[in-house]
Formats: sequence, structure tokens, C-alpha cells
Amino acid sequence: MKNPQTINEILITFVIKASGYSAIFFVALIFYFLLSQGLPTLKLVELKTLLSVRWYPIEELYGILPLISGSIVVTIGATLIAVPFGIGTAIFIAEIAPRWAREILKPIIEILAGLPSVVLGFLGIVLLSSVLREALNLPTGLSALTGSLLLGAIAIPTIVSVAEDALDAVPKEYRDGALALGGTKWQTIWTITLPAARSGVLTATMLGIARSIGETMTVMMVTGNAPVMANSLMVFFSPVRTMTATIAAEMGEVASGSTHYHALFFIGIVLFVISLIVNVLASTYVYRHTKRSEKLLS
Amino acid sequence: MGDRNLMMFNIWHRWWVVTIVFGLMVSLIAAGCSLSQGGGTGGQPGEQEIYIENKGSDTIVNLALAWAERYQDLNSSIRISVTGGGSGTGIASLINNTVDIANASRRIKEEEIASAQDNGVDPIEYVIARDAIAVIVHPENPIDQLTIGQISAIYSGEITNWSQLGGEDRPIVRLSRETNSGTHVYFLENVLRQGDKESKLLFSMDTLLLPSSEGIIKETSQNRNAIGYDGLGYVTDEVKVVGVAASETGEYIFPSVETVNSGLYPIARELYMYTNGEPSGELAIYMDWIFSSEAQKIVADLGFVPIIQP
Repeated sequence: MKNPQTINEILITFVIKASGYSAIFFVALIFYFLLSQGLPTLKLVELKTLLSVRWYPIEELYGILPLISGSIVVTIGATLIAVPFGIGTAIFIAEIAPRWAREILKPIIEILAGLPSVVLGFLGIVLLSSVLREALNLPTGLSALTGSLLLGAIAIPTIVSVAEDALDAVPKEYRDGALALGGTKWQTIWTITLPAARSGVLTATMLGIARSIGETMTVMMVTGNAPVMANSLMVFFSPVRTMTATIAAEMGEVASGSTHYHALFFIGIVLFVISLIVNVLASTYVYRHTKRSEKLLS
Repeated sequence: MGDRNLMMFNIWHRWWVVTIVFGLMVSLIAAGCSLSQGGGTGGQPGEQEIYIENKGSDTIVNLALAWAERYQDLNSSIRISVTGGGSGTGIASLINNTVDIANASRRIKEEEIASAQDNGVDPIEYVIARDAIAVIVHPENPIDQLTIGQISAIYSGEITNWSQLGGEDRPIVRLSRETNSGTHVYFLENVLRQGDKESKLLFSMDTLLLPSSEGIIKETSQNRNAIGYDGLGYVTDEVKVVGVAASETGEYIFPSVETVNSGLYPIARELYMYTNGEPSGELAIYMDWIFSSEAQKIVADLGFVPIIQP
């Protein structure tokens, strides 16, 4: 009995270790592939062209600035919509809603997370874009705003789910203590529970942002894909073209190894770097925050 | 009792380990297989299993599908897979030698022929049908006719309001297909630049690039500001087709089979299929069948213009 047990142990340790390391290995592999396919762009395309404001690959115009601005505009819009709604919903589910409501709400929101983005995109085309055009008197409903609203809807379930788990993990004693000191329910939530769950809530926000910046199908269907450079706040109401939509729409057409092919991978690198910056910023913030609270406690 | 439970747990535990390890192995093997296959599927047609891969232009995809279905009814041993994605996509696949037939709504470019030859692919061209590109607006738009020059001025961003053309005071929203569409390239060269090879005119920056023909029809049917263009086979009753004149003095012509065949309608083009080298075996028989009167009748049924009169 002793021997097979050890074999089991060895095996399972190996499997777990292997899956752990494989994650690092695959990320490294993807990063290597991205760099090897994307960096030749810097040789093939002049920096001046790359930093211009016109993206029109069939005429060798590879200005990526409008694509970056398009992605940022849509993501900011989605974040502004998804974060307040998502965290608000999480607070409601975790702190305010009675048990039965909570048991209905949570699964429903998780179903929402499983909604295919192409379905939302279709809804956006046939319904939301014309409603917005009529209501706001826009030239066209295929705009950054429509994209932001739908991306917000995509990001909300992720934010709610993760933030609710974090709020739920705050020990009951914290709330009891706050209430015993005479705090109102709102004061308890705002000054005790939410700060205690801060890192989880921030992770939820980051996941939501990552979800919206990486989303492809919906934005490709509803944002109109016009590579317009953002130069004022009005850009929210005009069509934009995101980096993800550009890669998705054009990857199929390119002959592998062409300048256009490398340029699309270069966009991939830019996207990767932006996500990395967002993640690093978030984790530094969380790290610093824990340090301070630890200091206070000691 | 406790020992018994522990034993049961151990047995289950072992099964789990076996399942996980086995599952991992299977997925690794599967991943390995798909990687090694990634290089080149398709390729040589009609060797053992008769399987024809056909990919490219979204304009042609419905026609190619209709042909494939009819042909498979006639020959049960042949399987034809048809996918869209755009002319550029189809030609890129031909260059990478992953399809048997590439569909294109524009002629293959010099560079594409060169990179095909670098890959050992020799594209053979077939003109399989003709197509008119209809210029469409919202049904309630009072504009009925435009010259090529006006359409060019609209798409280049020179004209930005319908009132400049005698219409309502509304901004013009320009709709176009994505750049991988042969229709886009054709429209750029023959309408926007009016066939002038030296011209460097581009689509206005705020032209909406929609990923599908249906997207253009949908937005045009809903939006009174919109102007779009699409293959005649895709145009539905939800939108209004405008008459087009080659010049200001010319006659305004509406696209139809008759006006395309007689050469009157100015925005008409040929639709192509490309194979790798002279086809042989079943592929050759299929390519011949495409020019039969039966196949060309399907062309007419779908709103395109047949090459030979059925």
C-alpha cells in the first residue's frame, strides 16, 4: 500500500508542477512568437508611417495611432459604464439583497457572462445602434458609444462575479464591529467592507478592463471600423476602429510574411504591452496598499 | 467505517489521477497532431478522397455554395467545401496552397502572382460570371441618381452633406466593405479613382468599413444618412438602388442583367476563380461544369450575370 501511494504522490506532484510551469512556458512562447513576427515591422515600415494617423494597408499606409486611440476610447467608455454598475451590483448582491434574491441573481449574472459576444454584436446592429441614432440624433449608430455600451455589458458579469466573491470573503466580524460601533449600513459598506475587499474589487475591475480591451467580435460588428483619430470628446459619438477588430478583419487576407502581416502582429504587441501596463499598475497598487495596512496593524 | 471511507477515497483518488494524466496526454497528442498538420491541408485535389476546397470572395460565396450543392447532388462521391472571407483571403489561401479554388471578385494582383510563384503556386484564371455593383441609399432618401464623379466625391470626403447633391440637409454616412473585400478594391480603383491608375485618392477617413455585405444592407436600410455599395446579388427591397451615369452628360442607368450584358451599366465587373495550375481529374470536371448552361443558369437565378447565355 505504501509504494503505490508514493507513485501517486510523485505523479500528482509532477502533473501539478507541469501545469504550473506550462502556463509560464506558454506565455513565454506566445510572447516570443509575437515579437518574432511583429518586430520586423520596424524594419519594413518607417517609424514616421507607423506613427501617422492613416491606416490603409492596401496602399501601404500603416499608421497605428487611430487604432490605438480607437481601442482606448471604447475601453474607457466601457470601463465608465461597467465599473460603477458592476461594483454596485456586487455590493447589492453581497451586502444588501436578502438570501433568496442573492441565490437567484448570482447565477443569472453568471449566465450573462456566458453570452456569446457575437449575439450581443447582432443585438447591437439591429437594435441598439438604431435606437441610439434616433435618440441622440447621430449620423450613424455604429459608433464608439454603441461599442462601449455593449462592452460594458460584457464586462459587468465578470466584475460582479469577482467583486462579489471578494466582498463575500470579508469576515463577518468586521461588519459586526462596525455596526456595533453605531455605523449605518451604508457607512459599514463604504468605510469597512469595500476597503477590506479592495484588492479583490480592483482585480475585478482589471479583469473587466482586460475583457473589454481584448473583445473583438462585438466591436467589429458595431463600431463602424472607421480608423478615425480621436481628437475631441465627440469621438465617443463617431465610428472608431479598434486594434482587435483590425487584426480580426485583416488577418485572413494577408499573405504570411508580407509587410501587412508583420504590421498586424505589431498591433498585437502593442495590445499585449497595454494589457501588461494595466496589470502591472494594478498589482503595484494592490501591493502598496497591503504594505500600508500591514504597517498600521503592527 | 472510517478506514473503509478512506479506502474508497483512495480508490477514487487514484482514478482521478489516472483520468487527469490520461486526459493531459490525449490533449498533448491532439495539440501535437494539429500543429504538425497546420502547415498545409488541402493541396492536391482528387487523389484518394474527392474533396474540393473553395474559398474567397464574399460576393461569390452564395453562388459557389449553390454550385457546390447542385454538383454534390449530381455526384455523391464529391464533397465541396465553400467558405467566404473576402477575395484577398481566398487568394492568400491559394498562395499558401491551402485551397483548391480561390474565388475573387477582383483580378489577382501582380504582387500576388509573384508571391504565389515564390511558393510554387501557378494561379490559373477563370472568369465565371459578371456582377454589377449597385450604389444604394435609404428608401426614403430623395436622391435617385448620381454620376460616377459625384460618387467619387462623396467617398473621398469632398461632398459631406446630402444637400450638396440636392437632397435633404443631412450628413452623409459612407459605408464600405473591409479592405480585404474585392468589391472594396474594385470600387476604389474604378469608382473612387475613376479608373485613373496614377490617382492616389483614398476613401475618406471616416468611411465605415463593415465586415459583411449584410451589414451594409442592414445599416443602409435603417439609416437615412447612409450611402453604400454592394454586389447586385445582395441587394434587397429594403434599400433603394440609385441610377449611375458614367459622366454628367451620360444617361443614368440602373443595374440589371440586361444593362450589364449590354455594357451600359458603368460599375460592372468580372468574377473570377483561380486554381493552382491546370486542374486535373475531378477538379477539371468541376471547373468545366461551372461553364455548363445548368451552372450558368444558377448564376442568373442569384442575381448575377451569366458568362454564357443559358
